[in-house]
Amino acid sequence: MGSVGAKDVPVLLSPDGLRIDGRRLDELRPITIRAGALRQADGSAFVEWGMNKVMAAVYGPREVHPRHLQQNNKAVIQCRYNMAAFSVDERKRPGLDRRSQEISKVIGEAFDSVVFAEEFPRTSIDVYIEVLQANAGTRCAGLVAASVALADAGIPMVDLLPAVAVGKVAGAIALDLKKEEDNFGEADLPMALVPQSGRLVLLQMEGHMTEPELSKALDLGVTGCRAIYEKMKAALRDRYSVGPVGGSSA
Amino acid sequence: MSEEVTAEILTSHILELAQSGKRLDGRGADEYRPISVEPGFVATADGSALARIGDTAVLSGVKLELGKPFPDTPNAGVLTTNAELVPLSSPTFEPGPPTPRAIEVSRVVDRSIRAAETIDLTKLCVTPGEKTWVCYADIHVLDHSGNLIDAAQLAAVTALLHATVPAKRFGVADADYPLDVQHVPIECTFVRLGDTIVVDPTFDEELAAQGRLTIATDEVARVVAMQKGLVGAFSPEDVKDCVRRAFVHGDRMRAIARGGSA
Repeated sequence: MGSVGAKDVPVLLSPDGLRIDGRRLDELRPITIRAGALRQADGSAFVEWGMNKVMAAVYGPREVHPRHLQQNNKAVIQCRYNMAAFSVDERKRPGLDRRSQEISKVIGEAFDSVVFAEEFPRTSIDVYIEVLQANAGTRCAGLVAASVALADAGIPMVDLLPAVAVGKVAGAIALDLKKEEDNFGEADLPMALVPQSGRLVLLQMEGHMTEPELSKALDLGVTGCRAIYEKMKAALRDRYSVGPVGGSSA
Repeated sequence: MSEEVTAEILTSHILELAQSGKRLDGRGADEYRPISVEPGFVATADGSALARIGDTAVLSGVKLELGKPFPDTPNAGVLTTNAELVPLSSPTFEPGPPTPRAIEVSRVVDRSIRAAETIDLTKLCVTPGEKTWVCYADIHVLDHSGNLIDAAQLAAVTALLHATVPAKRFGVADADYPLDVQHVPIECTFVRLGDTIVVDPTFDEELAAQGRLTIATDEVARVVAMQKGLVGAFSPEDVKDCVRRAFVHGDRMRAIARGGSA
C-alpha cells in the first residue's frame, strides 16, 4: 500500500488505550449492510464498513463457464474478488493481480464449506466482489457482502459467514484494523466464522504475534464476527420482512 | 442461456409495442428514465461519481498522478479513460479479458471526452518535457440495465467536474486545487425499434434494437463524437433528428452533472 508522501509512524494507541480513530481495542468500525442492492444479479449486497465500500453480486446456479470446470455431483463455486483502479490511494492497475487471485480462491473455498453445493449438480454459483473504496479489511467486507448476497439469491447454506480482521497495533490486540493500523501495525489476521458451529472457514495471518496474543486475537475475532452476524441477519430481515401496515420496521 | 430464449419473445413484443408508439416501461420515445448522480462517492479517488439512469448504475473514479509527458507532446498532460464491464453487473458478462462490447463502451466514452477537449491538457503540465499530471478516469459498471454508454459518460464527466488535483499530496504546490474542466460532453444514445427511434434504451430494448446511435454534444453546441452500433441502419434524416434531440437531452444532463443531482 503506502500512501504518497507517507511520513513517520502515526501514534496508533493513546496512553488511555484509544486508537487512531478513537475506538477502543475491541470496537468495530461502523457497518451498514444493504441486501439486494443491484437489479441484474440474482442476489446482491452493498457493504459500507468504516471507509470501505464493497459491492457483491451472486449469479446462479447457472451453466458452468468454462465448461470443463463442471462437476457431476455438485455445483462449482467461482469467486472473483476485484479492486477498482480508484479504490486505493495510488491508482491500481485494473484487473486481477496475484493478491486478488489468492483472495478470490480463499473466499471461494470458505463459501464452498457452507453452501449445499450438492443440491445443484452440473451448475456454477458465481460470486463477484468489487471493492470500490478500500481502507483495510476489504476481503472481510467482501466476504460479508457476498455472504448476504448468497442468502439474497436464495442459495441454501449452513449459515451466513461473518468475517473480520484482528491485528496487533502498538503491541495490543485490536479488532477490525483500519488502514493506518494495517500499514504500521505488527500483525493482521482476517477470519470468517460459521456462527452455528463456531468454526472458522477463512483464516489468514501476516505479521508477528505470540501464542497468547494469537489466542486472544482469535477470541476477539469470534466475538467481532458474532456482532457482524447480527447486522447481516438484520440486513436480510430488512429486505424481506413485511412491515406493519402504514409503517416500516426500522 | 435462458436470457437469450426469452429474448426472442420479448423482442417481438417490444417491436409490436413500438409500432403503436409505446414502450415496455410506459415511457415516450424521447423520454429518459430517471437520471441522478452522486459525486464524491469514493473517498480514495480524487474525483468520483455514481451515475444512475433508471436501474443502470455506473461508478467512475478519477485519479491523478505525476508522470512524464509523451515525447511528441512535451507541453501536454495525459488523460486516459477506461471502462470495465465487470461480471458483477450483468448475467451476460463473464470474467476475462475485455470483450469487444466493453472495448467499444470504453473507447466511445474516451473519444467524446478527448474530442470535446474536456480538460485542457496543457494545464496539466508541470515541467515541460519532464513532469505532468496523468489523469485517469476509470469507469466501473455496477448494474447493467441498458444504455451503458450514456451512464458511463455521465459518471466520468461528473467525476471530472468534481475532481481535485492532489498537488499538495504530490508536493508540487502548497494546496490542492479543483481540476479545470473546460467543456462538458454528454452522450445521448438512441435505438431503432421498427419505424420509431427511441432514446435511452433499456437492456431489453437493446436486444430488440435494429441499430444504435450515440451522439455526444457539448455546451457550446458542438457535436463532438458519434458512434453507430449494432446491426441496423439510420437515414441521414434520422441522424439529424437524433442530433437535435441529443442537444436537448445533453443540456439537461449537463445541468445534472454540474449541479450534483437531478
